[in-house]
Amino acid sequence: MSENYFEVIRAGINTTFQDNGRKNLNHIGIPASGAIDKRNYKLVNKILNNDINHPALEFAYQGPKLIYYGEPISIAVTGDVNFKLIRKNIETEGKCYESITIENNDEIDLISTNKSVYGYFSVTAKFQIDYQWKSCSTNTKANIGANNGKKLENSQKLHVLDIKEITKRSINYINTRIENIRVIRGTNFDYFSKEAQQNFFSEEFYVTKLSDRMGMRLEGKKLENIVNTNIKSEGLVKGVIQVPADGNPIIMLSDHGTIGGYPKIATVISADFDKLAQLPPGSKIKFKEVNLSDAETIFKLYEMETNTLLSKIT
Amino acid sequence: MIKNISNLGDAAVYCDFGKEVNKEVNSKVIKYFKNLKEQNFEGIINLTPSYNKLIISFDLTVTNFKKVKQIVENLDIKEISSTSEKKIEIPICCDKEFALDLNRLENKLNKSAKEILETFFSKEYFCYMTGFIAGMPFFGDLEKNLQAKRLETPRVKVPKGSIGLTEQFCNIYTFESPGGWNIIGNTPLKVFDTSNEDAPNLINPGDTVRFKEINIEEYRNFNE
Repeated sequence: MSENYFEVIRAGINTTFQDNGRKNLNHIGIPASGAIDKRNYKLVNKILNNDINHPALEFAYQGPKLIYYGEPISIAVTGDVNFKLIRKNIETEGKCYESITIENNDEIDLISTNKSVYGYFSVTAKFQIDYQWKSCSTNTKANIGANNGKKLENSQKLHVLDIKEITKRSINYINTRIENIRVIRGTNFDYFSKEAQQNFFSEEFYVTKLSDRMGMRLEGKKLENIVNTNIKSEGLVKGVIQVPADGNPIIMLSDHGTIGGYPKIATVISADFDKLAQLPPGSKIKFKEVNLSDAETIFKLYEMETNTLLSKIT
Repeated sequence: MIKNISNLGDAAVYCDFGKEVNKEVNSKVIKYFKNLKEQNFEGIINLTPSYNKLIISFDLTVTNFKKVKQIVENLDIKEISSTSEKKIEIPICCDKEFALDLNRLENKLNKSAKEILETFFSKEYFCYMTGFIAGMPFFGDLEKNLQAKRLETPRVKVPKGSIGLTEQFCNIYTFESPGGWNIIGNTPLKVFDTSNEDAPNLINPGDTVRFKEINIEEYRNFNE
């Protein structure tokens, strides 16, 4: 064990190690997992000049409070996060999207995400953690990945190795929120009544508290199924919107079950995944229909925007 | 062989092999799955075969629907050796503490518990697919007189190792998980092993299983 480590004073809510996730394992029931807001995950590592697949801590609503013991190390926080640094008994407000060098005995208190869900924390060193199927991403449902597949717990130690020095790096970035989620019609769109089809694109839906890394449950006008409320179980992908018999949509997110038996009314386009996942319970959603070629163009723009942001960090 | 190819969102190809669910249709799905897996096409990041569908997920930064659809359409399907198709025996204990829905099934099917279990244990089952949760196998086909719908309100927690029945299928819960299948027993067998990265699944699509009833002592002593 290295001598440099963070001690977890407060674990926070759903704090897990994440990276870009896993590939080619859906057929055995293992989803991709990985950071749920890919852009903020990429930004935290770019700010620290880390590899693009470097592990980061992802937290929801409230992050961990950590105390650091060891040689100077740089950290960064991304997302819309309120946090404090406590250095030699002096508290200062932390700023997201910049590298911060901390020293022995310094504390970081990731208090809360502001009108959003997920935040990211990383360091200029290697976390001593386990990988499974080439990824550290923690899937708490199957206990796969770093930290024995579990979320962080109070008073555990996070050891770090190979601390690297960097000069200060930062970027100006403001997280914008969206209400309109763009979707492509699903393979079972015609299972729903004409009225349900219209309501799906015109009514408002609300994010409920029953939302996590597996999926986001919504409530709104009940969507009436006129064919069958079950289909023969088949594969799922991130973004698929399933509607079970109760008529309330569920959107699949990073840790989704790989197979499901509810009709698919639509699929969220890839470009909107990051912002969708950041909508806290109570948020309003309106679905807007786009076609495949629009979705592909919108994704190219999203990628370009992300890459431009990353290239601006020096 | 594929009846229809469409897009599922902007980053997946949805291959529909037809409405029927049987061993023959599923074998075609598996054949496509194995060929695509073996040829390791650039940009394909996940393959999800099921009873009668195959979903191919791809990296939208590398490829797109049109290109992956072409790969599928032009795929040269080779016979892939079936040496991996095993026969496995699964011990199940149907003691009261495990058979959570046996009473309910007696009413639904209008049969005694004894009749239900005798029928269930009387044949071999074919593994159509694995998934939902890591390593969960889906088998078929149950005899017509054992076919029942899902629970109206799914359980929040189905215990690990549970054997569930629904329609023509049965499955094994490899982890504690939410679920709505009719639970008739529990296996002490380790069906999914996270420490074995090369072959975490005990049972794979194409395998055949036979369930064997064990009593509560045998269950308790199983892992000793």
